[in-house]
Amino acid sequence: MAVTSPVATELSDDSTPGGGSGGLGRFIGLRLLSGLGTLLFVLLFNFFLFRLLPGDPAARYRAVKNISAQDLARIRDELNAPVMEQFWAYLRDPLALQGISAWKGQPVWDLVGGRAWPTLVLLGTSTLLATLIGIRVGIRAGWRRGGSFDKVSTGVTLLFYATPEFWLGLLLILTFSSGIGPFPSLFPSGGVIDSGIEPLSMAGVVSVAEHTVLPAVALAAVYLAEYSLIMRASIVDELSQEYLTTARAKGLMDHVVRRRHAVPNASLPTITLIFLNIGFIIGGAITVETVFSYPGLGLLTFEAITEQDFVLMQALFLVFTVSVIVCNILADVAVAVLDPRIRT
Amino acid sequence: MSVLELRDVHLTYRTAAGPVPAVRGVDLTVDAGQVVGLAGESGCGKSSLISTVLRLQPKSATVAGQVLVGGKDVQTLSWSALRAVRWGEAAVVFQGALHSLNPIQRIGAQLVEPILVHDREATPRTAGARVGELLSQVGLPARYADQYPHQLSGGQKQRVMIALALTCDPQVLLADEPTTALDVMVQAQVLELLTGVAAERGMGVLIISHDLSVLATTCHKVAVMYAGRVVEEGPAREVFEHPRHPYVRALARAFPTIGDTTSRYAPAGLPGDPPFPDHLPSGCPFHPRCPEAVAQCPSVDVRLWPAGPGRAAACVHVDGAEVHGAGLR
Repeated sequence: MAVTSPVATELSDDSTPGGGSGGLGRFIGLRLLSGLGTLLFVLLFNFFLFRLLPGDPAARYRAVKNISAQDLARIRDELNAPVMEQFWAYLRDPLALQGISAWKGQPVWDLVGGRAWPTLVLLGTSTLLATLIGIRVGIRAGWRRGGSFDKVSTGVTLLFYATPEFWLGLLLILTFSSGIGPFPSLFPSGGVIDSGIEPLSMAGVVSVAEHTVLPAVALAAVYLAEYSLIMRASIVDELSQEYLTTARAKGLMDHVVRRRHAVPNASLPTITLIFLNIGFIIGGAITVETVFSYPGLGLLTFEAITEQDFVLMQALFLVFTVSVIVCNILADVAVAVLDPRIRT
Repeated sequence: MSVLELRDVHLTYRTAAGPVPAVRGVDLTVDAGQVVGLAGESGCGKSSLISTVLRLQPKSATVAGQVLVGGKDVQTLSWSALRAVRWGEAAVVFQGALHSLNPIQRIGAQLVEPILVHDREATPRTAGARVGELLSQVGLPARYADQYPHQLSGGQKQRVMIALALTCDPQVLLADEPTTALDVMVQAQVLELLTGVAAERGMGVLIISHDLSVLATTCHKVAVMYAGRVVEEGPAREVFEHPRHPYVRALARAFPTIGDTTSRYAPAGLPGDPPFPDHLPSGCPFHPRCPEAVAQCPSVDVRLWPAGPGRAAACVHVDGAEVHGAGLR
């Protein structure tokens, strides 16, 4: 005879609802796993993409003077092998650690490494500028929607948002670097540091700063506008939310309602966007770096394409995709930390 | 002593199409320890009316008349004095608890906040302890302070809203449709809780609802609004059982009486919709829908007048109803 189980209809009010902070670790773990999956796909894709490109890589190598005879022989063998064999070779070394640039004749990762820090400096400054200013402007404009600050700032940010950053870069070079009319030549353009200066010295830091100001401003203007517009829209969305009425009814001062209740809720879309943009800017500062001849990864990409250096392109492509994947994960984690609804 | 007194309150929204009068001269008092109900269909102006109590009306609204909380006119107070009245003297159990809590803040933090704002001697520790007490008073385990709003059910959130309204021991509690989103069992529990704590602490309570039967059982006094005015007021049970205004009669009949099969099978509705506040009918605004309208209704502006002990109604029939009643029907 079956034993009847206790009736499950009892309404228990004190079962602790699930979730909480325990969900966060699980969320991060799952997100890392799916990021790894994307990376595997990218590694496969990375092989075929650059072998579909037109051009003769061996011819490029022959043009390089300082490549050693052994290296040239090895590269020729590799390029003559059947595609499937090349693919197996690629799978054994998907990061192309031994890859030699067809353009410079140096190991590609040395080239990439040497160009990474200027991009990081540029990216860091412009992101900091864009985030700090853009978010503040957006909050202030949205909180007093239709006010005079809102009207002016929305007009200006829309103008910046519509401006191509390389064109703005050219204007900045004309005005502040070449010097035009009454303007003296304030900032140098071209390069990231004056030759012969050690980057980690005091003079080096000053020189890098001087070279970075203009490209950073050109890059920041566009992103500042984007963050400000998104932040403004998110704040406006929150204005009609009932929990803000609750916060006001509690007797909180206006700026406390804004800072403690409206901004944390409204910042979620902007935070996602900031992280995604960081991922893109690493590879996407191509136009700005090219206009300013700023020797970062963007300019290197431009050079790799013009020189048809597919090994270098492959390495750069890998750097860019990994940075996008990592920033995507960071964006998701940041939002999950801020919003408990995501992680449960 | 009246803890809340509304004197000839008007509220008008400025719109592109011109002014829209949502509240057109309402008088209402709530005494300490008294539970008052405010009933009416959606759009009759009841939510607009209570938004004036904490001066939470939208910027597009202009308010005339006096709104006295503990004797102070909140509409003319300075901002800092107003902030002290908000939650310190009058608190609100908001409609739709689902969205009235900050979704990304823990319950505890949201309950502690007004205590720290209004009680200068409170520390995060003492405030936290008080929040624990309040939660158990409304029948929730104290550890719910660590939960986020989305982890609670609708009824639990409504309880949190009540606990929130009690944090600063206000003299007046406004409950805007406190039970609309809840099922019948939870509804009864929440109302009982609300009136129970209010009686215990001697607060005045104003409950807003469209459900006259709910108000009849929980309130001492009810006022029924139509088109921005109070059309009938009086002791709750009497108004519900023997309404004097035809509108209130229709509203009372819309809810079937439990145990009475005839009313259950034929709940009487009221045809038509409430008028738009910007296109009010002439005379008595109810006359186009009124089953008892007579020739003079479209032309006379009827105000509340006495209709029995402690009662008042705004209808041309009321004064002579006892004499001419049969002939008019």
